Amino acid sequence: MAALTREETMDLIAEVLEVYPEKAKKDRAKHLAVNDPSVEQSKKCITSNRKSQPGVMTIRGCAYAGSKGVVWGPIKDMVHISHGPVGCGQYSRAGRRNYYVGVTGINTFGTMNFTSDFQEKDIVFGGDKKLDKLITEIEQLFPLSKGVSIQSECPIGLIGDDIEAVAKKKSKELDKPVVPVRCEGFRGVSQSLGHHIANDSIRDWVIGNRDGDDSFQTTPYDVAVIGDYNIGGDAWASRILLEEMGLRVVAQWSGDGTLSEMELTPKVKLNLIHCYRSMNYISRHMEEKYGIPWMEYNFFGPTKIAESLRKIAAFFDETIQANAERVIEQYKAEYDAVIAKYRPRLEGKRVMLYVGGLRPRHVIGAYEDLGMEVVGTGYEFAHNDDYDRTIKEMGDSTLIYDDVTGYEFEEFVKRIKPDLIGSGIKEKYIFQKMGIPFRQMHSWDYSGPYHGYDGFAIFARDMDMTINNPCWGKLKAPWLADQSADDVAVAASA
Amino acid sequence: MPNVMIRKSESGDLLFYVAKKDMEETIASVETDTPDSWGGEVELTDGSKWYIDPISPPPAFPTTLRFKRGAE
Repeated sequence: MAALTREETMDLIAEVLEVYPEKAKKDRAKHLAVNDPSVEQSKKCITSNRKSQPGVMTIRGCAYAGSKGVVWGPIKDMVHISHGPVGCGQYSRAGRRNYYVGVTGINTFGTMNFTSDFQEKDIVFGGDKKLDKLITEIEQLFPLSKGVSIQSECPIGLIGDDIEAVAKKKSKELDKPVVPVRCEGFRGVSQSLGHHIANDSIRDWVIGNRDGDDSFQTTPYDVAVIGDYNIGGDAWASRILLEEMGLRVVAQWSGDGTLSEMELTPKVKLNLIHCYRSMNYISRHMEEKYGIPWMEYNFFGPTKIAESLRKIAAFFDETIQANAERVIEQYKAEYDAVIAKYRPRLEGKRVMLYVGGLRPRHVIGAYEDLGMEVVGTGYEFAHNDDYDRTIKEMGDSTLIYDDVTGYEFEEFVKRIKPDLIGSGIKEKYIFQKMGIPFRQMHSWDYSGPYHGYDGFAIFARDMDMTINNPCWGKLKAPWLADQSADDVAVAASA
Repeated sequence: MPNVMIRKSESGDLLFYVAKKDMEETIASVETDTPDSWGGEVELTDGSKWYIDPISPPPAFPTTLRFKRGAE
């Protein structure tokens, strides 16, 4: 099917909105747009970061998910307490596949679940005493933990527990950072506020810890990788490229990261930020307080990687710039082979994305390297600045949807009929049952890494094995296939 | 009176960032921008106007300043 024209796409949006009551229709219309790459500011065409409509099926998470799940969770040598009832921690446990090295339960705690398991009496009498006891127990059981963070769940804010007081007391007692994070799930409209709260708590409790301590030997080539959560090993695939360029990666935030790396970040020369949405706050803070410049980069697909490597190198001297060219040259044969192998199999395929943070715009380049086209994209929890960046990446008259509802997404897919959808687990089986190839783009569908040149090879292979899987032609039961052939024969003879 | 963080963009323009509102705009013009003071009425590319009493000597960017809403 040919791409939709601007008018057709607008008609499609209008048609999909038809079923809503007047008020909901008015609100939802602001979140759906037809892309026009010439628009400079997204706020003229799309509204984002607003409360979801009651009654619709949204795919968003909560502030706790943004703080515990995204920002704090992957820091491997700290214990992150899910403070409140047991479910929030257990059902989000290790779901993001933030890989790390270390011995779990001894010096790393990434995939473990620590919770204060609130009961009725804790709600009635307050949970501070329990928290105090819990932190003491953690210290006894896991003496090698470098610190503790307290991730509040909804009830903590509702009953008004003073976790800050407990944190201060225990921090003094244990001589380790104990960080209270006020990321109760009800705060804000999506996980995005959780990122902000988590960034603010890092700013207040971690970043300044080594101010005035110059014992750390710095080099002029120190950088920090910020906003790479090492999903399926992403940060490792990114890190080797930077190291081959001659840079020294001092800290990884927060995939495979440690508390000490975070404390050392103010000593670096440049902050490289991958997930702008979740970590721009802390980068801005470090720029202001320590004068560290930051830049966004994109390590999806060879075109964007080369662009980013050159942009990073431009911050440093000529040796690094020459090294960047050398790295690009060195991997050229490898990624050319990947493109030569998969491009003929994927050329012209159309993709719809609906993910979070950075992927709805960052992976577009990787798809284009494989000759594929992204015809629709959208974010769960983006703000206007994300859409500012997205508009330029997307083609004319493509569809952009913010906080899309389950219903809208299905209707868009029915009409646009993409060859591949990239979204989360909740969408996966609906679309697979509709007969459309699907990749889970939050956790790389249990594959990965997708960052860097190494990741691109895996990305291309995964897209190929999903789209060109023979199962898509066999979705109809054989007896039903015959029946429809009979129907055609009957219709023809009539 | 929002707290505004002002920083230089890659292209050298000044960016006006309000964390609370998640608003980031480019500064179009500044009333007083001389070697010894900076401030006055600041106009953004989206047309909104903000005011700050001129600061002398000019602040080093990036920095956080408190702005007032200017006359519409």
